[in-house]
Amino acid sequence: MPPPSLLSLSRVSRDFDVSAPWLNRVIERGPRRSLRAVDEVSFEVAGGETLALVGESGCGKSTVARLIVGLYGPTSGRVEFRGRRMQMIFQDPYASLNPRWRVKDIVAEPLRILNTRKDVSELLVQVGLSPDDGEKYPHEFSGGQRQRISIARALAGEPDFVVCDEPTSALDVSVQAQILNLMSELQQRLRLTYVFISHNLAVVSQIADRVGVMYFGRVVELAPTAQLFARPRHPYTRMLLDAVPDLAMSGKPRTPIAGEVPNPLAPPPGCAFHPRCPHANERCRRERPQVIDNVACHAVEERRINLAAQPQGGF
Amino acid sequence: MRGVLRGVFLRKFWDHDLAWSFRRSPVTVVAAALTLACVGAALLSPWLAPQNPFDAAALNLNDAFKPPAWEAGGERAYFLGSDNQGRDILSTIMYGARVSLGVGLASVLLSVLLGVSAGLVSGYFGGRIDAVMMRIADVQLSFPAILIALLIDGVARVALPSDRHDAIAIPVLIVAIGLSKWVDYARTVRGSTLVEKGKEYVQAARVIGRRPLAILVLHVLPNVLGPVLVIATINVAIAIITEATLSFLGVGVPPTEPSLGTLIRVGNEFLYSGEWWITVFPGVALVTLVLSVNLLGDWLRDALNPKLR
Amino acid sequence: MILEIENLRVEFPSRRGTLVAVDDVSFAIAPGEVLGMVGESGAGKTLSGLAVIGLIEPPGRIAAGEVRLEGRRIDNLPHEEMRKLRGRRIGVVFQDPLTSLNPLYTIGAQLEETILTHLPLSRTQARARALALLREVGIPAPESRFEHYPHQFSGGMRQRVVIALALAAEPSLLIADEPTTALDVSIQAQIIALLKRLARERGTAVLLITHDMGVIAETAQRVAVMYAGRLVELGPVRDVIHSPRHPYTAGLMGSIPKITPQRNRRLAQIEGAMPRLNAIPPGCPFNPRCPRRFERCAVERPELLPAGASAAACWLHAAS
Repeated sequence: MPPPSLLSLSRVSRDFDVSAPWLNRVIERGPRRSLRAVDEVSFEVAGGETLALVGESGCGKSTVARLIVGLYGPTSGRVEFRGRRMQMIFQDPYASLNPRWRVKDIVAEPLRILNTRKDVSELLVQVGLSPDDGEKYPHEFSGGQRQRISIARALAGEPDFVVCDEPTSALDVSVQAQILNLMSELQQRLRLTYVFISHNLAVVSQIADRVGVMYFGRVVELAPTAQLFARPRHPYTRMLLDAVPDLAMSGKPRTPIAGEVPNPLAPPPGCAFHPRCPHANERCRRERPQVIDNVACHAVEERRINLAAQPQGGF
Repeated sequence: MRGVLRGVFLRKFWDHDLAWSFRRSPVTVVAAALTLACVGAALLSPWLAPQNPFDAAALNLNDAFKPPAWEAGGERAYFLGSDNQGRDILSTIMYGARVSLGVGLASVLLSVLLGVSAGLVSGYFGGRIDAVMMRIADVQLSFPAILIALLIDGVARVALPSDRHDAIAIPVLIVAIGLSKWVDYARTVRGSTLVEKGKEYVQAARVIGRRPLAILVLHVLPNVLGPVLVIATINVAIAIITEATLSFLGVGVPPTEPSLGTLIRVGNEFLYSGEWWITVFPGVALVTLVLSVNLLGDWLRDALNPKLR
Repeated sequence: MILEIENLRVEFPSRRGTLVAVDDVSFAIAPGEVLGMVGESGAGKTLSGLAVIGLIEPPGRIAAGEVRLEGRRIDNLPHEEMRKLRGRRIGVVFQDPLTSLNPLYTIGAQLEETILTHLPLSRTQARARALALLREVGIPAPESRFEHYPHQFSGGMRQRVVIALALAAEPSLLIADEPTTALDVSIQAQIIALLKRLARERGTAVLLITHDMGVIAETAQRVAVMYAGRLVELGPVRDVIHSPRHPYTAGLMGSIPKITPQRNRRLAQIEGAMPRLNAIPPGCPFNPRCPRRFERCAVERPELLPAGASAAACWLHAAS
C-alpha cells in the first residue's frame, strides 16, 4: 500500500466577496457579488515529488498556493497536510523581503518562531550567498540574489514541503537557470516536496514530476510530465502547448488560441472553456465536465478528439 | 526582536551614511544648529537665562519698557529689552520657548501614538473596525483642528473645579491639541498599511507563523513610518502655533507659565505705543523655531530611508 | 535601410563617474524586416530603443554615434523636430498597455487625435481611418468599441489598440519594447502573429526589444544580442539560436528551459551575474564568466568580427 500523500485537496473552492461597499449597496440596492477563484479542485501530492500547477493569469493557481499554505481558508472542501512543516517562496523578489530588515534577521525569523536548530550563516552559504551578506539590506541585492535569500528563509523553517509561487517568473533567464538548479539540488539533498506554480510550460517540463493544468479556477488536466507533453488530452492543454513560442524553429503550422479568458464574474455555463473550444458541442454548453481519469472534458470522455494528432509545442 | 529594534534604531543613527547626508546639506546643518540652539536655550533656560522673569521678587518695575540694548536707552542686562513689568524679553523668550516646545512635542507624541495605532489596526484588519474608525475620522476632519482643541479645552474647564484649572491647563492643552491631529497620521498610515499588507513579505511572515500584532509592529510599522515622520515634524510646528493661538486667545497656557504665544499676545497691546520689541522678538523666535523644526524633519525622513543611502 | 545606427554611445554622468549604458552599438533595419534585440535586464536594449526616439532622460545623453532614419540623421535634432518625427515616422509600443493609454479618453478619441496630429485629414476621414486600423489589428466590431475606454478592454485587446495607435500615422519604423511580456502566453502568440503580419503587409521596419528568445524566434529575421551595454552577436535568427558564435549567446541558449522529452533536470547555467554599469571589467565584458576565455580577452575589447553568417564580438573569431 503506497504511503499516504503529504498533501491532499478535496473539492476545494474559494470565493471572494467583490460586492460594492455596504453603503453603496444599500443606496443602489445592489446585490452581493462573489467571485469563485478556485472551483472544486482536488489533487494529492506525494512525498518527494514536484507537482506543478500551470495556467495563465487569473486561472486561480496562486490562490490554490495560498489555500495550501493556509493564507486563505477554503470556502468549501478540505485541505489536509500530513507532513511536518510547510514553507512558501514568493514570486516578487522585491516585495517578498522586508526592506527595513537586515538579511540575517529576515532569514532568522523562522528560526526563532519555529525554534529550529539552523544557523543563518550556514543557510546563506547553502543557497549560494556569503555569510557577510547577512549584514546587508535587501535593496543591495539583485533579483536572483533576493530569491536565494527567500529560499534561505524558507529553509530556516526546516520544512519538508515547500510551495513555490512563480519563484523565477521575475528573473532573467540565466538567473532563472541558476535558481532552478539550486532548487533541484536542495530538493535532492534535503528530501523536499515541492508544489511549483508557474505560467511557463518550459520551466515546468524541466522540473516537475506531475503537472496540473488550470483554467478558470478548475484543474482541467493532471498527468505525469512526460505524458502531458507527449499526449495532452484536454483541448486547452493542447492549445497552450501550441502557443508556446517555438525555439526549435521547426516551422510547424500553428493554430493560435482564439478569444480570451471569460470574465470571472460572469462564468460561462457548462464547461468554462467551451466559448474558445473547437470541439465544443451542446453538452459542453450545458453541463460542466466531471474529472474522469484526471481530465475534465466531454470531448475526451466521448472520444471525439483525435489524440494521435500532436500539437506543435509538445514532443 | 532585540536585534531588530537595535538594527532599526541605533545602527541607523550612528551609521556614517547618516552623518554624510547630514553634512551634504548645508540647509539642514543650519536648520539643525538653529533648532538645537532653540531647544537648548529653552531646556536650559533656568540656568542660561539672565533672569527668571516669572519670579516676582526678581523684577524691578523701574526697568520696565527698556528698549533693546542697541537702541538708545537700552541696557546690556536687558539685551532684547524689557516688558511692561520689567521682565527681560530674552529670558521670557527662553522660558516661553520651553513651554511652547514642551506642549508641541508632547501633543505630537500623543497624536502620533493614537493615530499610528489606529491606522495600523484599521488598515490591517479592515472590516467593521476600519469602517467605524474612518467614519469617526471623517467626522472629525470636518472640523478645524483649532476648533476641536477649543472644544476639548472648554469641556475640561467646565468639567474641572476652577481651582484646578491652572494646574491641569497644560496637560489638557496637550490632550486637546493631540486629539485634534491624530487623524492625519491615521489616514496616511492606513493607506500605507493597506499597501504593505498586500506585499509578499507580510504573507511570508504569516506563513512563518507570526501573530498579527507582531507583524504589525515589527514588519509593517517600520515601513509606514516614513511619511509619519514628515507629518510629525510639520505638526510640531503646527502644534506650537496652535498652542500659541490658543494662548493668544487666552484659553491656552495659564498666565503663570506663558508660552511664546502668550508673550506675543501680551506684547501686542504695546505694539502701537511704540514698544515693538515686546511682541516682535517672541514672534521672530516662534518663526525661527518652527522653520528649523520643519527643515530638520525633511532631512530626517530622507536620512532614515535605507534605500536612499 | 529604414534605420541605421552607427557607433551609438549612451552615457549617464553620475556621482561615481560616467556610466556607459550603451557602448558602440551599430546595426541597420531594412523595410519590412523585424530585427530582434535581446538581452537581460540592464543590458542596454531599452535604452538603445529610447535613444532612437530621442526619449533618453537627462542627465543621460547620446554621447557619440549617429542614428539615421531613412538616410536622415535624427539623433541631433532639436526637440520640436523630434516630437514631430515621433508618431509620424516612428511608432512606439511599450510594455504595459495599461499605462500606454490615457484612461480618461476613449480609444477612438485617442486614435483620432493621433491621426489628426500627424496627417492632413478631416475629422471624418480620420475616424474612417481609425476604424480601419482597429479592424486591421483584429479588434472585433470596431464601430461599437470606438467609444469604449481603455479599462473596458482586456490586456491583449489593449495592446492591439496600442499597436493601432503606433501605426496610425503610417510610420516607416516601429519600435516595440517588450510588447508581449505583460500578456499571457496565448495572447502573446496572437500579438506576435499580428506584428509579423503588419510588418510584412506595410513594409514597416520593426525593432523588437525583448528578453524572451522564444518571441524573437517566432517573429524576427535577425537578432542582436546585448550584454552590459554592448552588442555581442548579430545575425540571422536561425543561426544565432542554433549555432551561437558568442559564448554568452551559447550560455543564454543553454539556460533557456525547453520542452524536450529528456528530463535533463539540470539547466546549463552561466556562473556569476552581468556586471553593473559601474563595474564593467576591462577587455571583453563577458570574460570573467566565460568558459572559453584566454589572455587576450581580459586585456583587449573585441569588436564585432565576422563569424559565419553572423558577427560576434569575441576573440575566438579573430582571423589568425
